[in-house]
Amino acid sequence: MSALGWRAGASSAANSSAIGEAFARAKSQKRAAFIPYITAGDPDLETSAVLLRVLADSGADIIELGVPFSDPIADGIVNQRAATRALASGTTLSGLLELVSRSRDQIGIPIVLFTYFNPLHARGLRLFAEQASASGVDGVLCVDLPPIEAATDYVPALRDAGIDTVFLLAPTSDRSRVREVAEASTGFVYYVSRTGVTGTRSELPPELLEEAKRLRRRVALPLAVGFGISTPEQVRAVGKVADGVVVGSALVRIIEDGVGSSDLVRDFGRKALELSDALR
Amino acid sequence: MAPLSELERAYDKLSRKRSFRKRLESLLRDFAGRPTPLYLAERLSDHFGGAKIYLKREDLLHTGAHKINNALGQVLLASEMGKRRIIAETGAGQHGVATASAAALFGIECVVYMGEKDMRRQRVNVERMGLLGAEVVAVDAGARTLKDAINEALRDWVTNVRTTHYVLGSVLGPDPYPRMVRDFHRVIGLEAKKQLKKQAKRDWPDLAIACVGGGSNAIGLFSAFLSDSRVRLIGVEAGGTGAALGEHAARFSGGSVGVLHGTKTLLLQDGDGQVAATHSVSAGLDYPAVGPEHVALRDRGRTEYTSATDAEAVAAFHLLSRIEGILPALESAHALAEVAKHAPRLSKDKIVLVNLSGRGDKDVESVMEYDQNDQGGE
Repeated sequence: MSALGWRAGASSAANSSAIGEAFARAKSQKRAAFIPYITAGDPDLETSAVLLRVLADSGADIIELGVPFSDPIADGIVNQRAATRALASGTTLSGLLELVSRSRDQIGIPIVLFTYFNPLHARGLRLFAEQASASGVDGVLCVDLPPIEAATDYVPALRDAGIDTVFLLAPTSDRSRVREVAEASTGFVYYVSRTGVTGTRSELPPELLEEAKRLRRRVALPLAVGFGISTPEQVRAVGKVADGVVVGSALVRIIEDGVGSSDLVRDFGRKALELSDALR
Repeated sequence: MAPLSELERAYDKLSRKRSFRKRLESLLRDFAGRPTPLYLAERLSDHFGGAKIYLKREDLLHTGAHKINNALGQVLLASEMGKRRIIAETGAGQHGVATASAAALFGIECVVYMGEKDMRRQRVNVERMGLLGAEVVAVDAGARTLKDAINEALRDWVTNVRTTHYVLGSVLGPDPYPRMVRDFHRVIGLEAKKQLKKQAKRDWPDLAIACVGGGSNAIGLFSAFLSDSRVRLIGVEAGGTGAALGEHAARFSGGSVGVLHGTKTLLLQDGDGQVAATHSVSAGLDYPAVGPEHVALRDRGRTEYTSATDAEAVAAFHLLSRIEGILPALESAHALAEVAKHAPRLSKDKIVLVNLSGRGDKDVESVMEYDQNDQGGE
């Protein structure tokens, strides 16, 4: 890939983190990585601990773990309700980091936090980075923090703690934004499949596959694609052009439907396996 | 975000163009009713027995509040940018009504997001927006007030950004919004300054007071007097029912630095960075963050902020209604409540300038409900 177009300085470094290794392992098996998402504490942290193990057992390569926030502007209604359930059950950032600490070694795959900026700011970026690193967090994707504004404090704090910094690209990102994101990211780059918020959609946007191919030539890091991917067919299609496929709301919906039911873990595991198998 | 840089470029270019400024001026004059009067409230002044109280009558503008200044500016801008769809959030409904009017005038589709709680307490404004051809979308997430309406408008905007302009209604959000909204409201202070010179024989007040939700009417009034150190500037937040988190919207006394809706500013939040619930009898002040320029002005020592409780605001609402024959918006009534704390102690040659940012027709039900509950022995 190095012969194709320019490559950003920072991202041309060896991708040697646990996240980088997870992508490399999937690649060696000639498939895209499966990256499922759940909100931590939805409906409570005990259930999340069980679901993390189920995801790992279902073939997840990396897990995206949502930090519940009161004002999740990048999320559709399904993930909004998940955050509301998580906060209602008393989930805090400390509780979430304890969950990671208890689960990370057990599941043996990297965990990336999907978060908004204010909870990290309230904790203090340096302190958060130290605590997250000590808990075993591998990467952080802060959805409402642009790479330019992340450069002064956020990226150095996380890098110093050995945590990968993942940033978003969208269909509206211009050339200079692609460059900024490539430079600020380590681990992987997350491409938002369409303009809009998280949530299931019946169809993939027609230009997605071409766009993903184009970006892969511009970004040296692995490219994961998410937002609106919910069926095994969609996972398979995106898996052909991306290094990783993120599925969130489709799994969160199973949690929502199963709250209080003894079938929750079984139904959730079934869905996770079905999505994961689509890449194998 | 790509749409923000597009907006920034368009605003910076168009706001310098003479033709754009002329068009906006004529809309503000002929459609909205500018200039608004500066009114010497003699009976109110006599009532307090001290300073002369002048009211800047933004309540007399078309659609009933200062919000139309910004709505016309932004909708004109959106139309120049070729956007065919307008979205807005609204708390009290004044910004929503103003935006719906401007969109109707330009023949542009308009969708307004409004918290479900606010829709109940500002029912008349919901009906007005419907009559003006706007679609009002009820937001039933979170506290179902202004903050949640902004969340939903932002989600719409990132989804439909290619066709849509988001008319943000206060000096909040990411650049260029805070400075753009401020610029569209500068006319308030500039007019008041000119009018004072003519009517009071000096172009500055001793004290200027405005209510602060996001802070757009206050910035509009203050901006003309910032460089004049003789003028004391006071912003009034919603004190609600008490000092505990969740009972008020007083960011300067109860907030800490945080990031919400793309703005780093004072925010009401818990120790974990979760945004706190707010309360105010006035829907337009019921928001957990304050415009960042107000924080910068306070830090420089140029402006001061205080709060008025629900009870003080409702009392001021009744006072102005009875002795001046003007029903003020409950938002503006917070500024009037602060006047009661200063005017009696100032001599008769002093001037207090108050921004009467909106009219109270929309609040009749809220005030009646408040009074009933109050008499019920709370």
